[in-house]
Amino acid sequence: MNLAIRDIRHSLGRFILTTIGVGLLLMVVMGMGGIYRGMVDDALIVTRGVGADLWIVQRDTRGPFAEVSRLPRSLVDRVAAVSGILDAREFVFHTIQREHGGKPLRMGVLGLGWPIDKGEGLPLIAGRPLAQNHFEMIADESLGLELGERVRLGKDTYTVIGITRWLVSSGGDGIACFTSRDAQTIQFDEPGESVRLERQARRARASEIDFGRTQPGVLQRATGLSGNIAALPGPAVSAVIARLAPGADVDAVLRSFEGWSDVTAYSGAQQEDLLLKGSVDRARRQILLFRVLLTIICAVIMGLIIYTLTLDKLHPIALLKLIGATNRTIVGLILQQSLIMGALAYGVGYLVGQRLFPLFPRRVLVTGDDLLRLAGIVLAISILASLLGIWKAMRVAPNDAIG
Amino acid sequence: MDESPALETTALTKVYGSGHTEVVALRDASMRVGRGEIVALLGPSGAGKSTFLLCVGLINPPTRGRVTIGGRLMQDGPRSLGDLRHFRRENIGFVFQKSNLIPFLSAVENVQIVGELIGRPSSVARRRAMELLDTLGVGPRALNMPTQLSGGEQQRVTIARSLANQPSLILADEPTAALDSVRGRQVMELFRDVAHKYGTGVIVVTHDHRALDVFDTVYEMEDGALRAASHAVANASMEAR
Ligand SMILES: Nc1ncnc2c1ncn2[C@@H]1O[C@H](COP(=O)(O)OP(=O)(O)O)[C@@H](O)[C@H]1O
Ligand SMILES: [Mg+2]
Repeated sequence: MNLAIRDIRHSLGRFILTTIGVGLLLMVVMGMGGIYRGMVDDALIVTRGVGADLWIVQRDTRGPFAEVSRLPRSLVDRVAAVSGILDAREFVFHTIQREHGGKPLRMGVLGLGWPIDKGEGLPLIAGRPLAQNHFEMIADESLGLELGERVRLGKDTYTVIGITRWLVSSGGDGIACFTSRDAQTIQFDEPGESVRLERQARRARASEIDFGRTQPGVLQRATGLSGNIAALPGPAVSAVIARLAPGADVDAVLRSFEGWSDVTAYSGAQQEDLLLKGSVDRARRQILLFRVLLTIICAVIMGLIIYTLTLDKLHPIALLKLIGATNRTIVGLILQQSLIMGALAYGVGYLVGQRLFPLFPRRVLVTGDDLLRLAGIVLAISILASLLGIWKAMRVAPNDAIG
Repeated sequence: MDESPALETTALTKVYGSGHTEVVALRDASMRVGRGEIVALLGPSGAGKSTFLLCVGLINPPTRGRVTIGGRLMQDGPRSLGDLRHFRRENIGFVFQKSNLIPFLSAVENVQIVGELIGRPSSVARRRAMELLDTLGVGPRALNMPTQLSGGEQQRVTIARSLANQPSLILADEPTAALDSVRGRQVMELFRDVAHKYGTGVIVVTHDHRALDVFDTVYEMEDGALRAASHAVANASMEAR
């Protein structure tokens, strides 16, 4: 005959309510862990997603995620020529906030290194990778855009041809992927009037020098597209990313960049490290601390509950002692109840969390490892929580049952 | 058969507190209860009757004196000889004024657990518990929880529980206080039958003088001192048999 279960059945309503309460608390602990993991994972998703072995950024900056980094596009070709590098492409990333369908649309704009990278490596859940050089975009689910939807950004209209899931920036904004040319066009979009004024100013400057006056072609050039003027720099890129040739040694390649005075190179791991230590570090530690706090609170509450449940049973416990029950029987009664409550509460927390977490605006990533660890913690809490009750029960004398 | 008495106490003394709060609850109380003998213990409130049962029941150690149960010296002054809880589990049955059933166990489980505690298999303990409840006339209420039983039914279940370990000694402290006189008498007769049938020593603390004829021996306690009651009472009980 199991006393713990008999007692639970006797006051089932209260036990269930308490268990649900503890379960919800455990769900919050799980959720906090999930938010933490989600945050770290989101922060790394872009870096991992582009599959770069090396990041080459403006000298002494910490990369495109930490601060502004501007490099000339021509750097791509310089990097590609380094021995040990398989290929190199530009990395363009920036956040914009525009209007779409009357609502604010905030998104990270990620430029893919067309034609090497068409977005095959992205976590697509619908649609296809990019198929042309311009005017296509792959949008994250969280942006609320649909396949085939047309979005006007700057002077151009882009068609959504693919949908990803959980592709967000470290700030939690959904990311849309374009070819890097398009991404830059979006970034450096200027109103038509300012472009016209700029061209006019160039023409005026050219007409003031001999070269402009004697060569009519120069004036014509100056009024044309800025990209066609050899003397003007092309739009900058945020970073250059490169893949290593098979068998190449990262450190050796990194060393060869040390002599370059205009750039700094990081390995993929270093870049991830910078990212975690930089932009998300404080948020991460904040959540971590909160999670630790919640776990402690959970332990204290469970301890109090088990203790109160035991207090309510002191008379029956004294009676059990009176009729000769061993300490083992009594410890078993309290410990088993504590463990049953812990296990059920864990189940409740898990099940409710499964339904609730997907509704959160940012990803709550509950990993198997974290679940297992929490299960261990709950087990420990259950045992610790019962200790106070057991201590009390051990002090009950059998003659407390009388009178 | 072992001829040692069910219970023998020699000069049991119990002092509560010390200094000016000192209360001498028992003074040199000596009693002998034979196997199959049922003893009534009378006396005014505060006389020390409950204290006597607690000392004899190995729950509260005496300040001085010895307790021998079934020929085994269990308590020598405050010193206990052996594992009292274990001994209690196997040899002593308790019945108290209030029914004292475990609230989260059904009637039959309250009896069954005693059997399980002394190591009987669950099914055996349950069968025996059902038999006892049937004997005590509460078989039909076996599956009810204590709160669903009347005071008399609860007391019968408690008695069944006190019998479940086939004890050599049953200690009952005002078991009929909550019952009307007819039911009270029934309970007393039940104790007598148990004592005579199983050879169990039974001590019953009672205030009910009308049921004294049920008992083999009557003791009176006054201010902690124990003495056998007047011959008239004892004779009346002898004749009634
Ligand atoms: N735990 C205790 N501490 C101090 N005094 C007690 C305690 N239990 C009983 N007493 C005292 O011992 C005396 C006998 O009490 P008790 O054995 O309960 O008498 P009865 O059962 O005959 O009414 C009383 O004066 C009572 O106040
Ligand atoms: Mg009393």
